[in-house]
Amino acid sequence: MAEIRNYTLNFGPQHPAAHGVLRLVLEMDGEVIERADPHIGLLHRGTEKLAESKPYNQSIGYMDRLDYVSMMCNEHGYVRAIEKLLGIAAPPRAQYIRTMFDEITRILNHLMWLGTHALDVGAMTVFLYCFREREDLMDCYEAVSGTRMHATYYRPGGVYRDLPDQMPRYEQSQFGSAAEARRRNASREGSLLDFIEEFIDRFPGLVDEYETLLTDNRIWKQRTVGIGVVTPERARQLGFTGPMLRGSGVAWDLRKKQTYAAYDQVEFDIPIGTNGDCYDRYLVRVEEFRQSARIVKQCVQWLRENPGPVMIDDHKIAPPMRAAMKDDMEALIHHFKLFTEGYCPPPGEVYAAVEAPKGEFGCYIVSDGANKPYRLKVRAPGFPHMAAMDEMARGHMLADAVAIIGTMDIVFGEIDR
Amino acid sequence: MDAVIALWTELPVVIQIVMKIVAIMLPLMLLVAYYTYAERKIIGYMQVRMGPNRVGFFGMRLWGLGQPIADAVKLMFKEIIIPTGASKTLFLIAPMLTIGPALAAWAVFPFDAGLVLADVNAGLLYILAMTSLGVYGVIIAGWASNSKYAFLGSIRSAAQIISYEIAMGFALVGVLVAAGSLNLGDIVNAQQGSVFHWFWLPLLPLFLVYFISGVAETNRAPFDVAEGESEIVAGFHVEYSGMTFAVFFLAEYANMILISALSALMFMGGWLSPLPQNWVDGVFLLDDGFQWLLLKTFAFMFLFLWFRATFPRYRYDQIMRLGWKVFIPITIVWIVVVSVMRVAEMPWWFN
Repeated sequence: MAEIRNYTLNFGPQHPAAHGVLRLVLEMDGEVIERADPHIGLLHRGTEKLAESKPYNQSIGYMDRLDYVSMMCNEHGYVRAIEKLLGIAAPPRAQYIRTMFDEITRILNHLMWLGTHALDVGAMTVFLYCFREREDLMDCYEAVSGTRMHATYYRPGGVYRDLPDQMPRYEQSQFGSAAEARRRNASREGSLLDFIEEFIDRFPGLVDEYETLLTDNRIWKQRTVGIGVVTPERARQLGFTGPMLRGSGVAWDLRKKQTYAAYDQVEFDIPIGTNGDCYDRYLVRVEEFRQSARIVKQCVQWLRENPGPVMIDDHKIAPPMRAAMKDDMEALIHHFKLFTEGYCPPPGEVYAAVEAPKGEFGCYIVSDGANKPYRLKVRAPGFPHMAAMDEMARGHMLADAVAIIGTMDIVFGEIDR
Repeated sequence: MDAVIALWTELPVVIQIVMKIVAIMLPLMLLVAYYTYAERKIIGYMQVRMGPNRVGFFGMRLWGLGQPIADAVKLMFKEIIIPTGASKTLFLIAPMLTIGPALAAWAVFPFDAGLVLADVNAGLLYILAMTSLGVYGVIIAGWASNSKYAFLGSIRSAAQIISYEIAMGFALVGVLVAAGSLNLGDIVNAQQGSVFHWFWLPLLPLFLVYFISGVAETNRAPFDVAEGESEIVAGFHVEYSGMTFAVFFLAEYANMILISALSALMFMGGWLSPLPQNWVDGVFLLDDGFQWLLLKTFAFMFLFLWFRATFPRYRYDQIMRLGWKVFIPITIVWIVVVSVMRVAEMPWWFN
């Protein structure tokens, strides 16, 4: 009798469902997966090592590039670790701005997740709808930091600058008529806060739109219900965080359990699933859209009413005003020192985490008293999720593996670091 | 006019047939080309984007109408890559095996009363045979490519097409019982009357099963597991490039048009006008004619695109379940129902 061997399939790294550079070696019995072996490291850029050779502030930009769809949340994790090390706290307005942008980032990330997950399962229209909304949120990033993705907006001691009073506007060009520009500028007449508020008022309706395409769709349900089930106990053992853990029914959210920024001042709920399958994780994330919108709305309200500084007044850590440097020797020296040498936090070690859209994003910093970290360890939420790939995919079919990769919301920037 | 007819009858039969074939194939190929354009435009608008709008003719953009031509020219000039370890002969035969039946099926297709290339009595059987043959191209392509993705795609496709062939065949049996003929022209004529005399009403379950099976048969979303963009990348034609790929593409779209046209013919009264005959007799455009067939076919073709923009993809085993456990029982039950209606000479349709 002929020997029956499993079928080995190299899934990725160049595969439309590999979400970047996942190389999955699948051992299959026909269509059924016997073993899924993820190979990672194709996007390794040595972020942690690079951070050891640069003053603290100069590594913030690297954090954006870890999980490149939830940029500001990564910055928040790193900046919070530095703040904890230095023993400083950002002023309240900065805390609210951070809260607001964390939630905008969460929407941004979940939109990306929903779009690609639906595309993986074959519903391509949702993808384009999601990217339409991402565009508006990226404009918020751009208005506040000058760049659409890698913002470097959060700094130790606050945020880089206050929210702008006006939004960038479109002009008539060869790509768009004057009427087109007017139409697009309609929501950009006021300040950034007006723009965000307009978006947030519109957004729940848009979420309903995505839901009509997916939530009650028989095919969508058949493809996600009962796929990649993780029990609550197992989810904890595997080190799941974020919607992956909440989808299994564990109400764990750092925003509530180890509150930071202004999360103790705003009202929101934590959605949890019951079955721990792809469909529950989908529902959890969709509900997080609505909760995030709620938080952003409250932050907008508060920020409207409470002007104030967005950066601490310690020029050993925060740069002085540009204008002050022109005639103040002290300010000039501070500026020079800060941007060349940086600051030297006391020796010690610190861990600070935030609830990033994908889960717990934490930074562990060991300081030896120099102006650079002795060691930086990034706790990326995607890594433990990826590690559970084999367990979740075993016994499922090839098409389910794609759905499972989609539900894990993996981004290789943070897994490979 | 008489001179033209005299000249036509003077021509040898072979030339006559070749000219008829050309007269069917040219518009069909043009329709396929612009169907791809329509797909990109329509799905584009459904997805809040523009679709192709750059390539036009003579320096004018013309909403991108030149796009299909540009695509065809591009594909023609591309290299045909034959992968290492591929079975060269089979690899090159496969696309031809796919497009051959897709085009051959049109031979018995009546475009209007009496307007048909080959008026054979077993037309329905011939169509069924031709649409089934297409699966060989897919299987051979997957096998000959020497690629695991292509192989998986062809296994999926073979299983899927064979399963749905049964449901489709049973649906056609219902039509056969209702019309009492295998000749496609007679099937249309059996639906004389108005929109409520057409077979879609008495054969409603069969009509739905037939059209959905048709979507599955042509490997279109939501049944496109054989191509499965996000799972097995492009499935059976992943290794094909240039013109060999284009031929698969043409065959897929030609099949979609065929299925749409057949649905229109067998369930929606073909070239018959939806209005009662005594209202429209002799009225220009409203009377029975090719324009109605075209309109109905376009409506079905639009449905193909609409499905693609709306639905997620089924999983392979779910497609099988749908085919075997839902569609086949429905068709069997309904064949019995139709037979009873027929024997009892139920008024309105069968008296």
